[in-house]
Amino acid sequence: MPVLTYAENAGGKFKKSTFEAVSYARAIADQTNTSLTAISIGDVSADELNALGKYGADKVLNVSNDQLKQFVNQAYASVIADAAAKEGANIVVLSNSFSGRGLSPRIGVKLQAGIADGAVALPEISGDKFTVKKTAFSGKAFATVQLTSVNKVIALVPNSYKVVEKQTAGKVEDFNADIKQSDLKAIIKEIVQATDKVSLPDAEIVVSGGRGLKGPENWGMIEELAGLLGAATACSKPVSDADWRPHSEHVGQTGIAISPNLYIAVGISGAIQHLAGVSSSKVIVVINKDPEAPFFKVADYGIVGDAFEVVPKLIAAVKEYKATV
Amino acid sequence: MKILVCISNVPDTTTKITFTDNNTQFNTNGVQFILNPYDEIALSRAIELTEGGKGTITVINVGEVATEATIRKALAIGADDAVRINAKPHDAWFVSYQIADYVKQNAFDLILAGRESIDYNGSKVAGMLGELLDIPSVSIIKKLDIDGDKGIVEREIEGGKEILVIPFPFVAGAAEGVAEPKIPNMRGIMSARTKPLNVIEPVEVKVTSEILNYETPAPRGQVKLIAVDDSASLIGLLHTEARVI
Ligand SMILES: Cc1cc2nc3c(=O)[nH]c(=O)nc-3n(C[C@H](O)[C@H](O)[C@H](O)COP(=O)(O)OP(=O)(O)OC[C@H]3O[C@@H](n4cnc5c(N)ncnc54)[C@H](O)[C@@H]3O)c2cc1C
Repeated sequence: MPVLTYAENAGGKFKKSTFEAVSYARAIADQTNTSLTAISIGDVSADELNALGKYGADKVLNVSNDQLKQFVNQAYASVIADAAAKEGANIVVLSNSFSGRGLSPRIGVKLQAGIADGAVALPEISGDKFTVKKTAFSGKAFATVQLTSVNKVIALVPNSYKVVEKQTAGKVEDFNADIKQSDLKAIIKEIVQATDKVSLPDAEIVVSGGRGLKGPENWGMIEELAGLLGAATACSKPVSDADWRPHSEHVGQTGIAISPNLYIAVGISGAIQHLAGVSSSKVIVVINKDPEAPFFKVADYGIVGDAFEVVPKLIAAVKEYKATV
Repeated sequence: MKILVCISNVPDTTTKITFTDNNTQFNTNGVQFILNPYDEIALSRAIELTEGGKGTITVINVGEVATEATIRKALAIGADDAVRINAKPHDAWFVSYQIADYVKQNAFDLILAGRESIDYNGSKVAGMLGELLDIPSVSIIKKLDIDGDKGIVEREIEGGKEILVIPFPFVAGAAEGVAEPKIPNMRGIMSARTKPLNVIEPVEVKVTSEILNYETPAPRGQVKLIAVDDSASLIGLLHTEARVI
């Protein structure tokens, strides 16, 4: 029974989180001694499709159809579930991205599959027992969930599994999807791409600012530091509530939960709700003028000092560092 | 316009999460339960959309009798009536099947949920309901407007946003930005006591998942403090020691 993974693209290019999902699905296929099929939907070039083999896909199904040029979760879910049925796959792996979260529940219902959303590690499989570790309580804990159905859907958290190159030569095939018109009721009127900024959930480095920055006019230095590090920018809730920054940047329990390699928090106190969404970052740096700020308790590196003094120094240091590499 | 808002009863955001019975049960001892913050946002938008008699709002919760305080809060904020499906919410499958079963007998134009509950963070209910009812769903929305018999919805995508036009009926999961949470006023609190709260029994649903146990993240080591004058050395440490840049 092969494993099927959905290879999500953004503007025709696969994202790092897609390669993570493919690598993760490959590892499950190896664990269960089966093959891995990846499915791509939309306008994706042959070169891109071939690249999926590099991460372990034995076969790549390519669905290119004018009606599916843009993501409509209802239709994409039907196509993916269809492919799973035709391939005889009983495990479907997706990324727990914004789009993945629209797809996994629909695919789960179609395949009558238990769903492990927010997966952070490979499943443990022994005999009939299939368990997956997932985030719970907004990152304050993990739960081990057992999927008891025959079919299973797993949605992997971005940045929680390493991309592994396998050098398999995946063969690309066209896949003919039956498209139901009733799946195309939602119409995309407009797509607004936010400049060339790094997307927050996928980002490996995030520079984040809190109320300690005093006002939106002071975000220039946060953006400059982020730009130099190739990082995404984020903020605490009061900052987005005050409209200093867009809601899409708000991280925490009621914002986006992230797990970058490096999280730099500037002028953020580290309230429990903020920590909930960022504490699974691999390395945390905290800059705060209050030595008692709770954030220091979970930080790996800390500078007790005024952001307006420290951040410019960091910017200068990154520039110097970049000049040497 | 008839709107259904799915509400869940979750531990307060300040709760320290602990477990009992050999880490197999969530420890509810001393925990205050609240209306899931995203559901509060969904409900608040529903109230704005129906203001001035433009529609009615029903809230639905799958939960045991203890969740009624949270349901009354939703009524106090401004829902017209409430349904409680009398069962422990086993998982998103269970919850979605119960709600879908109710909707099959009681049609709505618009079904709103929160993007996820802050306890199990599944973000599954909106999508599962869409599939079970064979109607469109958008899992995470940042904005919601109504234009006649259609919704205009803004969805977040990686690196941008997408604006969708979706005919009724559809399901959406509300996130930050959709509305400011509303606080119940005295009149709301008084009238909540007399608004209808119908209790119905669950239907049978097959079990597809089971939580076996929990763990809390490993404690982090001590913070390494760097003096302000030495700030620049942080970059070197992030490169050579932490290996993240
Ligand atoms: C239901 C609910 C959900 C919530 N969800 C979230 C969430 O998802 N995400 C979230 O972030 N919050 C959330 N909160 C809010 C949370 O409780 C805190 O209020 C919030 O995180 C505080 O943001 P802050 O640290 O930016 O601001 P503050 O608490 O005002 O802290 C600012 C910090 O900046 C420091 N500072 C000030 N000036 C300087 C300077 N010049 N240089 C360096 N440091 C300076 C101060 O010492 C202080 O520590 C939620 C709250 C509730 C009730």
